[in-house]
Amino acid sequence: MKEIVIISGKGGTGKTSVAAALATLVKNQAVVADCDVDAPDLHLVLSPTIKKREDFYSGVKAVIHTDKCTHCNLCKEKCRFDAIEIVEGEYRVIPLECEGCGYCSYICPVETIELVDEKVGECYISETHYGSPMVHSQLGIGADNSGKLVAKVKKEAKQLATEKGIEYVIVDGSPGIGCPVIASLSGADYVVFVTEPTLSGLSDLKRVWELTNKFQIPAGCIINKADLNQEVNNLIEEFLQAEGIDRLATINYDTDFQSAITNGISLIEHDRTKWGKVFSEIWNKIN
Amino acid sequence: MKIAIASGKGGTGKTTLSANLAHYAAQTKNITLVDLDVEEPNNNIFIQGNEIEKLDVFRPVPEWNKDACILCGKCTKWCKFSALLQLIDEILVLPELCHSCYACSELCPVNALPMQDWPLGVYNHIKEGNLDFFYSKLNIGVEQAVPLIAKTLKNIEELELDKELEIWDSPPGTSCSMLEVVKNADFVILVSEPTPFGLFDLTLAVESVRHINKPVGIVVNRYGIGNDEIFKYCEKEGLPIWATIPNKREIAVLYSKGELIYPHIPEFRAELDKILDNIEKIRGEQ
Repeated sequence: MKEIVIISGKGGTGKTSVAAALATLVKNQAVVADCDVDAPDLHLVLSPTIKKREDFYSGVKAVIHTDKCTHCNLCKEKCRFDAIEIVEGEYRVIPLECEGCGYCSYICPVETIELVDEKVGECYISETHYGSPMVHSQLGIGADNSGKLVAKVKKEAKQLATEKGIEYVIVDGSPGIGCPVIASLSGADYVVFVTEPTLSGLSDLKRVWELTNKFQIPAGCIINKADLNQEVNNLIEEFLQAEGIDRLATINYDTDFQSAITNGISLIEHDRTKWGKVFSEIWNKIN
Repeated sequence: MKIAIASGKGGTGKTTLSANLAHYAAQTKNITLVDLDVEEPNNNIFIQGNEIEKLDVFRPVPEWNKDACILCGKCTKWCKFSALLQLIDEILVLPELCHSCYACSELCPVNALPMQDWPLGVYNHIKEGNLDFFYSKLNIGVEQAVPLIAKTLKNIEELELDKELEIWDSPPGTSCSMLEVVKNADFVILVSEPTPFGLFDLTLAVESVRHINKPVGIVVNRYGIGNDEIFKYCEKEGLPIWATIPNKREIAVLYSKGELIYPHIPEFRAELDKILDNIEKIRGEQ
């Protein structure tokens, strides 16, 4: 099985459009995983039917049972996250601030602080409109642990691929270089960067490549909206060559991207002749 | 007044708006611009000036003291983040997983886990005229952005600058790092685009911001692409649209070169004026 992760550093470069195009190109050869867990959009194109829904718990939050509380103030004093407040004379945990470290519950002299498992979000195992398996999720409001949810989505996707004898997992990642991206990269076999010829795009690409390099995963790059700035486009090409990153495709600014998104379909479904060729070439270079 | 510029979806124009709004407003006012998208900060591409300060930012994590440790293993049971592992004859600390709660360090019966500074990233203070510009960059491989965001805001607060307006460029998404920015702001501007992706992520961002009871204004960027569903949604939800920025190749080209937009495109500047008027209005109401 081969896991292909699509990331970009910078947001809005076309990750999800690329993921959807590849998914609808290879159809039942791939399980699709949306790992942009706090802004997931792939379902808007692949219109999955949810087959299985699972609550995902990760980490804990402290809860003070006030009946036994002696107001000793130790929990408030020791909490490094200022997560304990006093409301009408009673000690209370502010859920949004609580990191779930458990320190308050360990030191409470009357053992009245409970650590409750936190529901971080929901994980869905679904079938896309063309019949292939897809794993996606929804992170709860204000939840942290997005990296853990990414790991969960990837694990489910891999398991499905193994069970069904499917050769590929296509992962749509999130922007940035932090925990969800690190979780997306862990265990990946190939990374596809989607970038754009802007100084921001290039700067972000360099940082996400430095991160990818730590994992020693081979990578390729799609330059999207390439005709926006020839000079920066050349800088990106030089960078790719110097770093040994495969140049997968150069795609000029094309309103088909917006039209396809607006109609809730992939580029392949939008214009099979035109985009089938582009993405078949990309797919062949990845493999 | 602290205004966070956030979005849900990435690449909708947060940085374009933040850098231009701050630079434009600083022509007549005392302004702070803070780039809190510490994973991929880009305002520094658009704003130049004199470097006032550059600091390495650290976070406390435990360091194992081999000589003091009795290998009781309690620390590894306390740690909820699996940042401590007990091997045959040592305790292994994984700093990138540590949340700096101090539980292991302060509860260790033999003080074998003193806290030590661990580097997170770099904080920068730049000054250009009336504009104090700050940005922090997360070190590559560091998982948690929140501690660097919190440290950056704390550093700035300690400077006690007298500012009419602080503009905070937030990270994309709706999870912990975005909330860390938004929860400390007085008002939130959500930038989106009129596509189904932009709309869906906007609904998530609105839910998150409402969850913590912050007032919101909407800026629709790239007006002209997609459809008008975003306007219907804003109307239904009673979300005020503060500005509508047209989809123009000229704007994208200026952005690609790292140039500010408003000095070149009057239409864009007019939208900034609308936003500043709205800010004045809510400031008056407060």
